[in-house]
Amino acid sequence: MEALIEILYLIFVSPFAEMVAYPDLFFQGIWDGFVSGTLYGLIALGFVLIFKASGVFNFSQPILVVLAALSLVSFYKMGIPAWISVILVLVMFYVLAFLIERLILRKLVNQDGNILFMSTIGLTFLIIGSAQWIFGGRPSAMITDELGLPNGSLEWPMFGGGVYFEMIDISAAVIASIMIVILALFFSKTKIGRGLRAVADDHQAALSVGISLNQIWVIVWFVAGVVALVTGIFWGARSDVSFALQIIGFKALPVLIIGGFTSVPGAIIGGLIIGLGEKVFEIYWGPLLGSGVEGWFAYIIALIFLLFRPQGLFGDKIIERV
Amino acid sequence: MGNTDQNVMMEVKNINLRFGGVIAIQDVSFDILEGEIRAIIGPNGAGKSSMLNVINGFYHPQEGEIWYRGEKRPSMEPYEIAKTGIARTFQNIALFKGMTTIENVMTGRQLKMNKNFFWQMIRYGPAIEEEVEHRRRCEEIIDFLEINHIRKTPVGALPYGLQKRVELARALAMDPTLLLLDEPMAGMNVEEKQDMSRFIVDVNEEFGTTIALIEHDMAVVMDLADRVVVLDYGKLLADGTPNEVQKNQAVIDAYLGVPH
Repeated sequence: MEALIEILYLIFVSPFAEMVAYPDLFFQGIWDGFVSGTLYGLIALGFVLIFKASGVFNFSQPILVVLAALSLVSFYKMGIPAWISVILVLVMFYVLAFLIERLILRKLVNQDGNILFMSTIGLTFLIIGSAQWIFGGRPSAMITDELGLPNGSLEWPMFGGGVYFEMIDISAAVIASIMIVILALFFSKTKIGRGLRAVADDHQAALSVGISLNQIWVIVWFVAGVVALVTGIFWGARSDVSFALQIIGFKALPVLIIGGFTSVPGAIIGGLIIGLGEKVFEIYWGPLLGSGVEGWFAYIIALIFLLFRPQGLFGDKIIERV
Repeated sequence: MGNTDQNVMMEVKNINLRFGGVIAIQDVSFDILEGEIRAIIGPNGAGKSSMLNVINGFYHPQEGEIWYRGEKRPSMEPYEIAKTGIARTFQNIALFKGMTTIENVMTGRQLKMNKNFFWQMIRYGPAIEEEVEHRRRCEEIIDFLEINHIRKTPVGALPYGLQKRVELARALAMDPTLLLLDEPMAGMNVEEKQDMSRFIVDVNEEFGTTIALIEHDMAVVMDLADRVVVLDYGKLLADGTPNEVQKNQAVIDAYLGVPH
């Protein structure tokens, strides 16, 4: 009986008491969670774009993040100036988008979504293999200083303690937010955005109103590459640039389940829920379960969502006339 | 309707279309005059839909030529053919199911919108004007086809007859010179068929749109069409006015069977 009360106390009372007692620690957790949340949101956005454009779940999105970070660092190591390297990576992604369209998607017009999905799995392994072959697999540090990103941190005294804001995190949050706004506008307000949604719905009908599938696909894969590059730079700065970044990429899955596969705002809010949730849970409830909670917390939340709201918070309701 | 001094808009010449060993269309030629309603009829599997797919570029025939507005047309992709003013609807409705009626119709204006995407993004002056102008045209078409009440409804949730009408609206939004309709009345009840026939005639008369349509209902075809092409087993069986075609012995045999 006493043990039960003890456990209930640890779950329901002491975490909240700690939050109130050490608000600076709580605020630090919120900030850290917010930054990872925006970055999760950005990765999820990469998935959403391609899903909206072609109805394909793009399994290769996480490896694109790795490829972006890895090639950026490698180009720099070859002696190419940092910003030229960025441009080179962008060119590389454009060529890749073009090749993916030409060699894979064009052959699969009007095919079932599952077939396209399988082709992105194939693509993933193709990229893993060739990236290892060309760039090698050893982890290295992201070239944040060379890109002119600020380093160091700000300490902001509050609540009797202090909250640290890493400069790189601030720039990550700012740049991610700007990108999210631009992408949201691009895909909701422009002709290309409308074409993209049309292509996602029905290939034949899109062709019949004069939308070129090829052009739309190259655009979305390129944009997905740009998103991967930004995510790669900032995640690379937070950990190392290595193939392990893929795992972070797959964190976007629970984000998508929460936010809905078809919703841009959903990706952002889903990202924030996961980012904030796992940080706060780790700090206050983690010790109770033995730490490492951050690894699986997101998936549990996703499971709960799947039970009660399978289309996610903002996903299109699935309408099926029978 | 049925003027004699019309110009030829399209001429298909000696089209041969094969899928592996299967011959879908065999040496078929006919023309479509400016401003007419041209019907393509024939039993199931006669190659009617294949013919439409050839005209609109989904299929590329192995042999044969297509002359459009006085010029021989090179091999083109469907989206390029759409740019030349050919719009179509589909036998099994192909709509953007996640979008509303108005959004679907707006996709028909896609080719006519050419303001820079940057201005569209920030909803600035010229881009706004362009959007408003196209929106106005779409609203006109929606009025014309009497689908005002479902403007904001996602089309996936609409009944079949209305979906067919939205599809027609989207094709019309392209301001086509040639409109291809693949069984526009399939699966409709009598009342819906009458409505659709009326719309087709109105489109032809008020917008001056040339129409080529496939239809099974003979009564409807005889009422609507200026001239009729009859296909059977991929071959041209007859070509002429509804009256001529109706009296043609080969057509009667194909439809009713030959007594042995």
